[in-house]
Amino acid sequence: MTTTEAEPTTTTPTRQNRRRRTGWEWLALTATVLIALVMAAPLLLVLLNAFKSPEDFAGNGPLGLPTGLYFDGVKTFWDAVNFPEKVWNSILISGCVAIGGVLVSVLNAYALGIGRIRGRMWVLIAFLLATIVPQEALLYPLYIMFKNVGLYDTVWSVVIVFIVIHGAFGTYLLASVFGAFPRELLEAAALDGASRWQILWRVVVPVCRPTLAVLAVFFFIWTWNEFLIPLSFLVSESNQTVQVGIATLQGERIMNVTTISASALLGIAPTLIFFLVFQRTLTRGLTAGAIK
Amino acid sequence: MTWESRKGYWLYLIPGALLLTVIIVVPLGWNVYLSFTKYRGIKPPTWIGLENWQKLFQDEEFWASFQHSIAMVVAMVVLPTLIGLVLASLLFDLVGRRFGGKVVGLLRAVYYLPQILPIAIAAIVVGWILRPDDGALNEVLTAIGLGGHNWLGSPDTALLSVGAVLVWIQIGYPVVVFMSALQRIDPQLYEAAELDGANWWQRFRAITLSGIRPEIFVVVLTCTVAALKVFGPVYALTRGGPGSSTIVPSYYSYTEFFTAQQVGYGATIATALTVVVLVVAIFFVRAQFRLADEEER
Repeated sequence: MTTTEAEPTTTTPTRQNRRRRTGWEWLALTATVLIALVMAAPLLLVLLNAFKSPEDFAGNGPLGLPTGLYFDGVKTFWDAVNFPEKVWNSILISGCVAIGGVLVSVLNAYALGIGRIRGRMWVLIAFLLATIVPQEALLYPLYIMFKNVGLYDTVWSVVIVFIVIHGAFGTYLLASVFGAFPRELLEAAALDGASRWQILWRVVVPVCRPTLAVLAVFFFIWTWNEFLIPLSFLVSESNQTVQVGIATLQGERIMNVTTISASALLGIAPTLIFFLVFQRTLTRGLTAGAIK
Repeated sequence: MTWESRKGYWLYLIPGALLLTVIIVVPLGWNVYLSFTKYRGIKPPTWIGLENWQKLFQDEEFWASFQHSIAMVVAMVVLPTLIGLVLASLLFDLVGRRFGGKVVGLLRAVYYLPQILPIAIAAIVVGWILRPDDGALNEVLTAIGLGGHNWLGSPDTALLSVGAVLVWIQIGYPVVVFMSALQRIDPQLYEAAELDGANWWQRFRAITLSGIRPEIFVVVLTCTVAALKVFGPVYALTRGGPGSSTIVPSYYSYTEFFTAQQVGYGATIATALTVVVLVVAIFFVRAQFRLADEEER
């Protein structure tokens, strides 16, 4: 398994224009664009309806263009779920998991990939299992444990669980990245008198920083989108994430159509911003899990 | 001290191993133990041996949930992988080579969008589009003369609707993975095949499929595991209903834990699911290794 850098699919213009585009190629373009439209349609519909007034919606239906801008839907939703609070909880949880998960992965991978401790294959398998096991099989025991130590219904219960689950994946990935780390660099640092701890932080981590960054972005998005465990452990409204807050609100059916659209728009916004900011890091790292 | 002595490196494993033990290993073992008990969450669990397991094998709801798991595999693995293969190949082989990387990059990002969409949001969007009285889909259907339908609310179409949503969510993943796998393949192979008169289908089979087989394995394995464990979409879209027409094992165990307070039985369902997931994972990994061995020979 390796981390490869996926360059965007480019071909030189000379090759591109060497001969005329055939009908099949235009057909392929049309088909792929049409599918992209279908994929984006639900989101476009949200955008179309988020700023409509209920009367406008009732009169012209979901497909009509809005007659004016109407912000009450967004406002109703914003207040009903206390949106800033939910976003803060999500950022806090996801941020802690991104940092903590990478930290745990680095330490584990240092022992496994560079230290090559004995029995590392079995240790790796144990970590791999942690990423495969269904969360339901951990749910109730964790629920009892967190209740006993007073972490139930705090964001920290969720933070700890995902540091371990995502950190297990990170360990698996980083162990092979560290395994391929140039030995000369380690030797040179050791000759200069650097201790093992110093080698980790001054040589290994700086060299692998791009991979660690990708891993942190992954952990952040994955945690942001987690559902079952936050739903089960965060029962007070003030501790809930965006995901859980919206899902429980949906159950109450107090919302009209434009409020629903507004909530969806606000719910998408943070991830979308994050995605756009880190898009390059992400597409570069998306092949990270590929086994070769 | 040289870096070559292996002693002492295990110290770095202590925090990780400790966390893994407390958060994964102990709860997992505990959950297996609970599956042999009667436990309603208040009084301590009492050992009842195989009673839960016997009940499980006769539980029609459980078998129904597993049948729905198969539907989930079709919706999250089979269809997205097939569609993803065709799309990735079209983008790489035809669109990319003739219309440039910018177009491909944009299309790929659009396909990937549902993947980063939080499931609760996706469920709201879809739930609203599929609403029986004023949903967008029914409005369109009525406009073109077909009648509307209560897509998520009627037992005969609920599973189908959830499946369709999952296909929509999943497609981006194989497309992106396959496209980055295709970077490995020399574009001149396609050019040469084209000059030899191979059509798109022949190029697809001979070059694309055989070239990215490792990635196909990875996608199928990770998606199958995800499909067996699927919870969020079912919870957010239908809560397993109407009736139990969209119930899946993970949702079933969740309701046994927290709604029915039958913790012992919930643990049994969760344990059974774990066993199935592990068996599937082992099967895939072994098949993959065997294939890799054959190729090396």
